[in-house]
Amino acid sequence: MQIDPIELLVRALDLTILAYLREQFAEQPTALLIVNIVIVLTLATVPLLMVFVVGWTERKVLARMQDRIGPNRVGGRYGVLQMVADVVKMMTKEVIIPAGADRWAYLSAPVLAVMTSVLLFAVLPLAPAVIGVDLNVAVFYVLAISSVSVVAILLAGWGSNNKYALLGAFRSVAQLVSYEVPMILSILVPILLARSMSTIGLVEAQNIPFIVFVPVAALIFFVSSLAETGRSPFDLLEAESEIVAGFHTEYTGMYFGLFMAGEYIAIMFMCALFSTAFLGGYRFFGLEELTTTIMGYPFFVGNLIGAAALFIKSAIIFFVFMWLRGTLPRFRIDQLLNFNWKFMVPLSLVLLFTVAVLDKLIFVWFPDISDGGRALIHLASNFLIAAATIEILRRRIQRQRRALEPAVVAEATPDLEHAHAH
Amino acid sequence: MTGEQFVFLAVSGLTIVAGILVVTLRNLFHAALAMMLSFLGVAGIYITLGAGFLAAAQLLIYIGAISILIIFAIMLTRRMMQAQDTPFNSQAGAGLLTAVLSFILLVFVITRLWRNEIFDSPPEVPTAIMNQIVVQLGADFVSPDAYVIPFIVASMLLLAALIGAVYVAWPQVEDEA
Amino acid sequence: MEGTPVQNDWYFILLFVVLSPILAAVPMLINYLLGPRKPNFIKQQTYECGVETVGDAWVQFKVQYYIYALVFVIFDIEAVFLFPVAAAYGQLPLFAIGAAVLFILLLADGLAYAWGRGVLEWV
Repeated sequence: MQIDPIELLVRALDLTILAYLREQFAEQPTALLIVNIVIVLTLATVPLLMVFVVGWTERKVLARMQDRIGPNRVGGRYGVLQMVADVVKMMTKEVIIPAGADRWAYLSAPVLAVMTSVLLFAVLPLAPAVIGVDLNVAVFYVLAISSVSVVAILLAGWGSNNKYALLGAFRSVAQLVSYEVPMILSILVPILLARSMSTIGLVEAQNIPFIVFVPVAALIFFVSSLAETGRSPFDLLEAESEIVAGFHTEYTGMYFGLFMAGEYIAIMFMCALFSTAFLGGYRFFGLEELTTTIMGYPFFVGNLIGAAALFIKSAIIFFVFMWLRGTLPRFRIDQLLNFNWKFMVPLSLVLLFTVAVLDKLIFVWFPDISDGGRALIHLASNFLIAAATIEILRRRIQRQRRALEPAVVAEATPDLEHAHAH
Repeated sequence: MTGEQFVFLAVSGLTIVAGILVVTLRNLFHAALAMMLSFLGVAGIYITLGAGFLAAAQLLIYIGAISILIIFAIMLTRRMMQAQDTPFNSQAGAGLLTAVLSFILLVFVITRLWRNEIFDSPPEVPTAIMNQIVVQLGADFVSPDAYVIPFIVASMLLLAALIGAVYVAWPQVEDEA
Repeated sequence: MEGTPVQNDWYFILLFVVLSPILAAVPMLINYLLGPRKPNFIKQQTYECGVETVGDAWVQFKVQYYIYALVFVIFDIEAVFLFPVAAAYGQLPLFAIGAAVLFILLLADGLAYAWGRGVLEWV
């Protein structure tokens, strides 16, 4: 097996190097195993390193939203090396395992937290041919892996032998398992529309991004991904004022840092998954198909464009994540669970029901409808659902307000009298 | 030994060792964790069988949902959580006997009722079908020629399970008459 | 080469599962080696806002959490059935869609029952 160094370079430049190496060594099991190990390590390390970028961006953006400057010392004016400094600091902290801790549970929790986040990246398509492995049930795999991340939280909460940690773990687990339901139901909608469970299949089906078809499903998915990653306003897991730092109260140094890293990696993936399922993923007006030739070898420029498109789309979603964190106060646990079971789940069931019936009827009534027409019909039905939901909510709230009104008046009156007396 | 056999031995070894731990560990929480490991091993066995969808379902349901439920149940009962008694009670002998009998039954079924050819040369499945196997499964679930009745019955069973669970676990609401 | 007739993508995932713990364990190991090690009794106490630790970590577990987990299990199992159906959606006749929709309705029925019984009420 001869490998041309120039071709290798070209493949490295257009991101197809891993697939290329796999193809080259397809006949040699041992070499293929080594290639796959390299691929795995790459896929796992890149998100871990991206945490530096994402963490710094968030701190900077959040600071601006709160009228602060944010990191501005380490690494020049903009504090670009702040995260590096933080990691160095964490690395040199003493490891304190609390007395009475369940060692095995305590130590395996951060490992599992990072593992479950990193494993998600195996099925994320960065560009048309750039993906760890194109599973035919990729979306299902993602849900399965993220449901295992709950175990890490339980391990940490139990293993720490701390009341706050255990309370935090209970809360977090209740939140995570609850919000998994609307997440599952809302991701079923793009799967219905694409007729495929593979991430590549989802992207390829989006001549028009699915957010145009089903904005309500996109919204439900977005909100539940906020909750699944424990982001504000669903950041009850770390409600400092109530339960200190929740399940990772007893963790120090890098052991704590790994939980943070796992969280950021999961956030990155959720942003990318939202882009893939609803915003067309790596697609960018057909530019992702471009190819040219360099030194006699085909060069897939489109891959670079595709990766950039996915990156920008995900970055926009991440900006919204940060924006919400900078704006919204935190839910209470009862509000959080009520919101899920009495609003998100019923709404996503109605939505799934509607899309399942409507999409079939569209093809029965208009056998050769264009994508645009199909999108329009789905969009109209989504608007109807949204309008009906808002109307129902409005009536409910009005009723609640009316029930409260006498009490409010009675409460306000003595205050007024008090003011008059002065 | 091929790579496949190595993987199979590794995951089935994990399943068995974790399974033994489940019944011998004294700390109930640790036993639950060992059970998760055992489930993970089973998921690995599904992978060696080329049933990736089942492996993911195993993770989603058994580790992500049922194990969590079991841990919650353990935590609900304080006495159980502090129990450090030996797991070998008076029923250990009967349990062992049942396990051995089931094992003999399984070995008998697999070696006698099925001929060995199926193990020597696995049936050839075209790649196209292999890639679409989950889609085929989905279509069969709701096809009147296949499993639509079991599909709906399963749904009703789940509904009954939910209602039953709520009925048992939740205190009765008093009539407000 | 003997072995797999069909290339099994999932072995890649298995490899990933085996290798990814290393990635997390390495920073932990570095931390363990670099950090100072001066444990003492006070330091190892669990954190309870500065007050001395009282009793063990067992806290009153709310039965509500258990109920949510129960409802979740049911939804989770139904999801396993719905995913393949959704993937096969393109080739399904109207009758099959009817069956799938009935499935979703039964699921919704369970939720409605739990809601009606006041199970979803946080108390």
